[in-house]
Amino acid sequence: MSWIDIGSIDDIPVRGARVVKTALGCVAVFRTAEAEVFATSDRCPHKGGPLSEGIVHGQKVTCPLHNWVFDLNTGQAQGADEGQIATFGTKVEAGRILLDSAQLSKPAAA
Amino acid sequence: MTQKLIIIGAGMASGRALEELLAAQPDGWDVTLFNAEPRGNYNRIMLSPVLSGEKTFDEIVTHTAEWYEENGVTCRFGEKVVAIDKAAKTVTAENGDVLPYDKLLIGTGSNPFIIPLPGHDLDGVIAYRDLEDTNKMIALGEKSDAKAVVIGGGLLGLEAAAGLKLRGVDVTVVHIMGHLMERQLDEAAGYLLRKALVDRGIKVMCSANSKEIVGKDGKVAALMLDDGTELPCDLLVMAVGIRPNVALAAENGLATGRGIHVDDHMVTSDPDILAVGECVEHDGAIFGLVAPLYDQAKVVAKTLLGDDARFVQREVSTKLKVTGCDLFSAGDFADGDGREDIVFRDPARGVYKRLVIADDKLIGAVMYGDTADSNWFFGLIKDGEDISDMRETLIFGPAYQGGEPLDPMAAVAALPDDAEICGCNGVCKGDIVAAINAGATDLAAIRATTKASASCGTCTGLVEQVLGVTLGDDFVIPAAQSVCGCTDLSHEDVRRLIKSQELKSQPAVWQELGWKTPNGCHVCRPAINFYLLADWPLEYRDDPQSRFVNERNHANIQKDGTYSVVPRMWGGITTPDELRAIADAADKYNVPTVKVTGGQRIDLLGVKKEDLPAMWYDLNQAGMVSGHAYSKGLRTVKTCVGKDHCRFGTQDSTGLGIKLEKLLWGSWTPHKVKLGVSGCPRNCAEATCKDVGIVCVDSGYEVSVAGAAGMDVKETELLAKVTTEEEAIAVTTAFVQIYRENAKYLDRGYKWVAKVGLDWVKEQVVDDLENRKALVERFEISQSVYRTDPWAEHARERAESYQPLADLTLEAAE
Repeated sequence: MSWIDIGSIDDIPVRGARVVKTALGCVAVFRTAEAEVFATSDRCPHKGGPLSEGIVHGQKVTCPLHNWVFDLNTGQAQGADEGQIATFGTKVEAGRILLDSAQLSKPAAA
Repeated sequence: MTQKLIIIGAGMASGRALEELLAAQPDGWDVTLFNAEPRGNYNRIMLSPVLSGEKTFDEIVTHTAEWYEENGVTCRFGEKVVAIDKAAKTVTAENGDVLPYDKLLIGTGSNPFIIPLPGHDLDGVIAYRDLEDTNKMIALGEKSDAKAVVIGGGLLGLEAAAGLKLRGVDVTVVHIMGHLMERQLDEAAGYLLRKALVDRGIKVMCSANSKEIVGKDGKVAALMLDDGTELPCDLLVMAVGIRPNVALAAENGLATGRGIHVDDHMVTSDPDILAVGECVEHDGAIFGLVAPLYDQAKVVAKTLLGDDARFVQREVSTKLKVTGCDLFSAGDFADGDGREDIVFRDPARGVYKRLVIADDKLIGAVMYGDTADSNWFFGLIKDGEDISDMRETLIFGPAYQGGEPLDPMAAVAALPDDAEICGCNGVCKGDIVAAINAGATDLAAIRATTKASASCGTCTGLVEQVLGVTLGDDFVIPAAQSVCGCTDLSHEDVRRLIKSQELKSQPAVWQELGWKTPNGCHVCRPAINFYLLADWPLEYRDDPQSRFVNERNHANIQKDGTYSVVPRMWGGITTPDELRAIADAADKYNVPTVKVTGGQRIDLLGVKKEDLPAMWYDLNQAGMVSGHAYSKGLRTVKTCVGKDHCRFGTQDSTGLGIKLEKLLWGSWTPHKVKLGVSGCPRNCAEATCKDVGIVCVDSGYEVSVAGAAGMDVKETELLAKVTTEEEAIAVTTAFVQIYRENAKYLDRGYKWVAKVGLDWVKEQVVDDLENRKALVERFEISQSVYRTDPWAEHARERAESYQPLADLTLEAAE
C-alpha cells in the first residue's frame, strides 16, 4: 500500500463528503462519525450522480439524483437496487486523511 | 546474588511491575524507587472519587511506607533523576548522587497537555493530574460562590467538573467538539450525558473555542471564548489530554517517538533499560487507560525474571467515574468491512445502547443509562465470538434471549402527564388519560369530551396512541404511515412531540422519540432538520448535512452534475445593469444555456460546482442575491405590471409583489411556496394556481390559497377579502407561518389545507386577529435568522469547500 495525504479531517464536515480528483476520475471521501473516513468512486452506477453530494447516514450514502443507497464499507447498493461502486482504502493519522493510492493507479474494480 | 534495580517514577504501572517482580522473586532484587511527586504509589485513577469526597486519599494509596520497608525498597520520593549513563550503567540524582544499576525501569508517565493560550501561566490555571491539583480543587470548594471553568469535555474533564460541582463550585465545561467525550461516545450517548450533567447543575458549552485566559493581579479571572463570551472563574482546569513524558529518555539517547520506544518485552533501545506505562510507545500506540498498563507491568516483571513474555495490545473499554452517569464504551468504531449497527433506545429510562457488528462478530459497543451488561458485551468483543445465533436478541443482553420486538408506542408511553398533545386546544396527555378512564374509549369520544384532535386534527395519531397505551389490547390503532424506517411515529406525531417535549436538536429527537438508527436516514433527516428550525429558529442551527444537495449547495443540480444559477428578481422586475451582469457572468463562466423561467426569472444552466462561489460573488457585486430556485422555501412572487402601466390595473400589483418577496424571501417552508399577484381579475400573473394568490380588485385584495399547477392542477380557494395592502400582507404572512408550523414536510400548501380544512385556517389567520398578529411576530423572529443571502455567506466563508479536497491528477504517476 502507498498512502497519500489528501488533507485534514476537519476539511470534511461530519456526515459530509469532499471530492478528490484522480487519473481514474473523481473519488468521494466521506466522513461519518467524528473521525471515521471512507472513500469510494464518486459516480453512481445508475445515472452517474455525484455521491459526494448525497446525504450521509450511518455508514451509508444516498445518491442525490434518484436515492440509491450504498454501503460505504462494501460499495454495495442497498435494498432492491443492484449495483456496486469501487471502494478505496483510507486511514486517519494525527488528523490527516491518507488515501491508498495503489488502487488508484489501476482501473477501478467497478 | 541480588541485582540492582532502579525505578524512575512511582506510578500505577511501575508499582504493579514491582509488586509482580517481588512476589515472584522476593530476595533477588535491591530496588531503589525514585519519584518526582513527594509520595509513593497510589491509584491515580481514583483521584476523582477523592475530589468528589467519596473516598479519602489514604484509601487510594496502593503501597504504604510499611510495604516498601518490608520489601526492602529504598524510597527516594520528591527526588528526580537528572541523567542516565548507559555505558557506565549509572543514574545521577538531583542532589548529585551517582547510583549504579544492573537493570533500569523508566516509568515517568505523562504530562498533562496545557494549551498555550494567552494567560496559561497565570496562577489558578491547573491541570488534573496529581494530588496537588486535586487538593487545589477541593480547597476551592471551601470558598463561597466559587466558580470554575474546565476546558475539555473528555473523561478527565468531566470527572473534574462533576467533583467540583459536588464540592459546591459553580462549574462550566468548555468543549471544542460538537458533543462530549467524542472519542468514546456517539452523538446520542453524548446528548444523554450532557443532559445528565446539566440536570445536576453543570453548565456545558460544546463547539466552543477558547481564545484567552484573562488575569487580574497575576491570578486567573475569566476564560474568554472566540465568540466574545466571558466566563468568570477562580480556577481554570485544563483537561485536554496527556503527552508521554519522554524528556529524560530522549536526552539520554534512548529511541523515542511520541513515547519511549519499547519492544514486545518492554525493553527500550538499550537492553538493560525497560520502560512501562503512559511514557511508552509500543508498535505505534501510546496508552492512557489502566488495563493495558497492568498488562505491560506483568511483562516487565517476567522480562526482568528472564522469562519470555510478550505484551499484546488488546481492546480497551471506558467507563466514566461520575456517580449516577452510567456510560460504557468499548471496541472499534473506526474501520472494518460490512459493518452493521443495532440500536436500542428507551426514552422513558434515558437508555441508549448501540452495538457495532462486523462479520458476525461484535466489534464495538456504546451504552448509556444501563451498563449492567457491559462486561458481557466487552467479553464478546475481546473474544471475537460468533454472535450470528443470538443476533436478533443480542442487544437485550445475556439474560434476555428471545425477547419481544421493540414497542412502537414506547415514546408515547414515556410522555409525562403534562405533555401537551393537542396544541390547538391545549390538551395534555393527562387530560386524555383521565377522559379514557372516565369512559371515553374511542377517538370520537375523546374529541367530544376533551376537544383533543378536534380542530386541525394533526395530533390524531398521538391521541390514538394514548388510547392504545391506556387501553392496551382493547384499542386497535389505525395504521398511520411512519416518517421512515427509523421510527414508527408519523410526521404529525413527530412535529407535535418536538413542540411539546421542547426537543431542540437532532440527537434529542433521535433519543427521546426512540429512533431505531444511529443518526436517521435521507428521508427523515431533512424533515427533522426543517421541523427543528421552524419550531426553534433561535435555538436550533440549520444542519447543511441534513439537506438535499440543492439546498446545501444553494443551486439546482442537473443530470450531468452541473448546477443552475437563478438570481432573484424582486417581483420579476430587473434593470439593464442587472441584465448586463447576468450576461457577463454567463460569458465568464461559459454557461451553455440561458433560459427564462416560468416564475419570471433568468436561469443560467450548466455551471460547474467549483465556479459557483466566484459566480455568486460577481452577481452579488451587481446587487443580486440568491433566487432560492432550489429551496423548499419561498421561490418567486410572480406579478403583472399593475396600474402604473396597465389600463385595466386596479392596484399596484407589482409593488405589492416586491414587498411580499422582500418580506418572505429566505424563509424555509415544508415544501416550495410560490406566490402570484395580479392587478385585476384578468389575472395575467396566473395568481389563482399558486400556493398564495392575490388578485387586486377595485375594492381591495382577494387573498386565496392552496392552488396547484404541477402534478395536480387546482384553483386557489378564497381565504380572505381585505381592503388594505397591509392586511393583505399580514394575512399572507400569517398563512405562510401557520403552514410552516403545522404542515408535514414535503406537503405542498394545497395538500396540507385539504388535511386541516380551509375553515380551520380561516379561523386561525382571518377571524382571530390576535392569533394572526402572533403568527406574524413568530415569522419575523424566524426571519431575523433566515432573511439573508446564502450566496454572499458561502462566497465569503465557504468558497474553499466547493473545490476538490485534493487533485491527484497533478501528481506524477506512481
